[in-house]
Amino acid sequence: MDPLAAIRETFFQECEEQLAELEAGLLAMEEGDSDPETINAVFRAVHSIKGGAGAFSLEALIRFAHVFETALDEMRSGRLAPSGEVLKTMLRAADVLADLVRAAHDDDSSDDPRAAALVEELKAMSGGAEDTSESEEDWGDFEFKPQVIAFDAPAAPAGYVVRFKPRADLYAKANEAALLLRELTRLGEAQIELDAHDVPPLADLDPEAAYLAWTVTLTGDADETTIREVFEFVDGDCELDVQPIADGDGGGDGGEALPAFDLSALLAKVQQDGANDPPLIVQPDEPETAPAAAIPPPPPAAPVTPPPPANDPHPDAQGPGARKAAEGATIRVDLERVDRMIDLVGELVINQAVLAQRVMEAGLARASAVAVGLDELEQLTREIQDSVMAIRAQPVKSVFQRIPRLVREVSAMTGKPVRLVTEGEGTEVDKTVIERLADPLTHMIRNAIDHGLESPEKRAAAGKPAEGVVRLSAAHRSGRIVIEVSDDGGGINRERVKAIAVEKGLISAEATLSDEEIDNLIFMPGFSTASEISEVSGRGVGMDVVRRSIQALGGRINITSKPDKGSTFTMSLPLTLAVLDGMVVSVSGQTLVAPITAIVETLQPKAEDVHSLGGHARVISIRGGFVPLIDVGLALNYRADPLPATQGVALLIEGEGGARAALLVDAIQGQRQVVIKSLEANYRQVPGVAAATILGDGRVALILDIDTIVAVSRGETRKAG
Amino acid sequence: MSMTVLTVDDSRTMREMLRLALADAGFHVVQAEDGIHGLEVLQAAAERPQVIVTDINMPRMDGFGFIEEVRGDQRYRGIPILVLTTESDAEKKNRARMAGATGWIVKPFNPVKLVDAIRRVAA
Amino acid sequence: MTQTTQNAGAGGLRELISFRIGAQEFCVDIMVIREIRGWTPATALPQSPAFVRGVINLRGAVLPIVDLASRLGFESTEASDRNVIIVAQIGEQVVGLLVDAVSDILTITDDMIQPTPDVASETAKTFVRGLIPMDGRMISLIGLERVLPDLELEAA
Repeated sequence: MDPLAAIRETFFQECEEQLAELEAGLLAMEEGDSDPETINAVFRAVHSIKGGAGAFSLEALIRFAHVFETALDEMRSGRLAPSGEVLKTMLRAADVLADLVRAAHDDDSSDDPRAAALVEELKAMSGGAEDTSESEEDWGDFEFKPQVIAFDAPAAPAGYVVRFKPRADLYAKANEAALLLRELTRLGEAQIELDAHDVPPLADLDPEAAYLAWTVTLTGDADETTIREVFEFVDGDCELDVQPIADGDGGGDGGEALPAFDLSALLAKVQQDGANDPPLIVQPDEPETAPAAAIPPPPPAAPVTPPPPANDPHPDAQGPGARKAAEGATIRVDLERVDRMIDLVGELVINQAVLAQRVMEAGLARASAVAVGLDELEQLTREIQDSVMAIRAQPVKSVFQRIPRLVREVSAMTGKPVRLVTEGEGTEVDKTVIERLADPLTHMIRNAIDHGLESPEKRAAAGKPAEGVVRLSAAHRSGRIVIEVSDDGGGINRERVKAIAVEKGLISAEATLSDEEIDNLIFMPGFSTASEISEVSGRGVGMDVVRRSIQALGGRINITSKPDKGSTFTMSLPLTLAVLDGMVVSVSGQTLVAPITAIVETLQPKAEDVHSLGGHARVISIRGGFVPLIDVGLALNYRADPLPATQGVALLIEGEGGARAALLVDAIQGQRQVVIKSLEANYRQVPGVAAATILGDGRVALILDIDTIVAVSRGETRKAG
Repeated sequence: MSMTVLTVDDSRTMREMLRLALADAGFHVVQAEDGIHGLEVLQAAAERPQVIVTDINMPRMDGFGFIEEVRGDQRYRGIPILVLTTESDAEKKNRARMAGATGWIVKPFNPVKLVDAIRRVAA
Repeated sequence: MTQTTQNAGAGGLRELISFRIGAQEFCVDIMVIREIRGWTPATALPQSPAFVRGVINLRGAVLPIVDLASRLGFESTEASDRNVIIVAQIGEQVVGLLVDAVSDILTITDDMIQPTPDVASETAKTFVRGLIPMDGRMISLIGLERVLPDLELEAA
């Protein structure tokens, strides 16, 4: 990739980080954080974005960032108080800035209408403190041009006489007269004369003082501005005089006559005195254009020149090389490489399983050296796998980060004040899961505010604070990640929900459902349409879509609600999409895998425990309760007739919302960790099947989608019952 | 033998742009992310850099602080320091000079001007 | 045997792979073919159309196998060791096509393709892009875009 294009990408990535810092800082200030470092960090974030934008000439971004930065500068220098109003405006500006950054990334040059309005607000806040010298500049070509009074001689002078006498400060800032003179020699033909009459005897010499002066007669085309530019950095630290060569002054005698200076004598004296070994400045590489008559700029053999320059012959003790960059060192790694490594480790797991199987088939004793070695290999493989998975694990923070802005927007749109509380941002999840969390989460938050929270008036009437609270949390629980979105709104209107479900034919009018079952009706496909939203105080459109997204991730979602108190969505997701702990079972001659996390226990059905409900529907009694017995072979159409329960094994499973069922399979082959292979990648979703895996014998085995199998059977059980 | 330049800037983008411009011009580039890191890098460097280019606004220790530290250290006070600034008002420039900056470069920087400025202060 | 074109001006050159299903010959654009391999038994997929035989393991990836005979409306193939699987890239997906045998690589120009006669079955209309006469036989040019089951048909 063209290096500049690569840096442009880096810039946009960095912008995202800066935008996150910016928002976090402003939010912290809203909460009362008054640490000056916070406001500094906020300023720097916008300053950085502006700087980079300048490098890539992103005009709209530059303009906005500049005004924003000015306002932030006012705030950090104490001239603008960070009141609630001000911070709210800043947050809106941050949102617009984010949008401008993304528009710039996408090469979208259309105007953002909010930007102009915000610019006015920000300018008003900065109270005209705007630094006008920057605002209209052409960024690329700004130069510091000293004011020159133009003495236009009728004809351009043949050259200039430059008298240059550095003051100590010049050297203190590590400027070097020699280099400046060298730059002059590049501008034309130069005759340089040294004036050393101020140099005291060696004994009185102050190494940090300035004693030398030079007169340079420069002939050529260079104009005064260019000449003065050479001395741009040292303006104020020297005496500088630039005069055009008067006509007729052939260029010899530009100033006062200088006493002859005997360099060699001085050198000899210095060497005698054994002064601190001042090294010579390396003569510039460019050929000296000075004619023989001139004395080239003296090397600082004379201890006139201050602090020994870089080639000091006494190198100091090297700082301990071991002093690395601080604790918690990180490196940036190409995501592709990590993905590839994860794939390879997955293959390793499969291979190791294949090997184990073949060894078993070869009939080697369990205690034999080979079998023992294999066990160790399996241990090692698991450890590698765990470490590798941890690499791709990221805190959910990256997804949670977008939520505050979403909350601000929906809150503004609906006119309901909302406070967002987040917990567990550091909870780590595999990158593959994180990316696919964003949409469902957005949906749920929107719903929580739009439908969950009542209007401020209704809340007041109910004795609740006007500001609604939406709580977002993430935590690890029994090997999965659990994410909850809850609100303190009105809860689900169960009467209404049930009525709608009946109306839409989703349930029969006589069906008796528990409160929880009613709540979870909102997930049914076809539950709501747009017209319902305004009337229903419960949840609205899109919940079935959300559920399907979560299921596609191998997760579960359900809702619990208390009237007038609020509702909570609970999502449970696997820690990673790549690997699964599975129970390998046989069904009708096929080998299938059931996720172990769903399995509560396994049991051998007894004839007296199994009851028929008519048709193929059966239930099995377990510890006093009945659960549906689902014949997996039938459900997947592998067989036409049901398997007699006593000939098979039942897996007691728990699905969403605690619903239980028993899956009837032919036999259990064993437990194994399997690598999940996508079926959708090359085919499409198959009902009842979550994914596929490759077994030890190289054949593909399907991984059961427990929830779908249960749901389908339930539907059938209900119809039968 | 190429010259070593130490660049100090908290922006990754800026560091990469500087590296690109300087490496293209034949310089050997060493980098740091803020003032404190810059001092660490100076300490650890096998060869002292011949020029330092530093930003002003940085976390932990800003450009002014960094320049003062460098100028206060016997070993490094002679190294020319150029500051990167988008702030072209005289006051900020002056403050940098008071702290001991050798010269300045305006952001967004023109690679040619950057190299010129370096040549003006370093052999 | 490849047939070199005589009139270069009448359209670009194309390379095709021809294969046999039963007594009939077909061909597809060689650009979509990834590899050709022998048959392995596939793991059946529940609730799938008859022409989807199942999935196999192709070096770690899960590959669906489509019985092309069945897909084109003929009798299902009795798959065995003697069958061949053509691995093809269709859009973003890689699919295995079960056929009887692969015949040849043909090089043709566009003008050699004759339009499909309007006799036809729905299947012909869906898949056959044209006919190519070759040594007294007619080889049907197949387009694979719709070889996997259409999504609408599956909505339960």
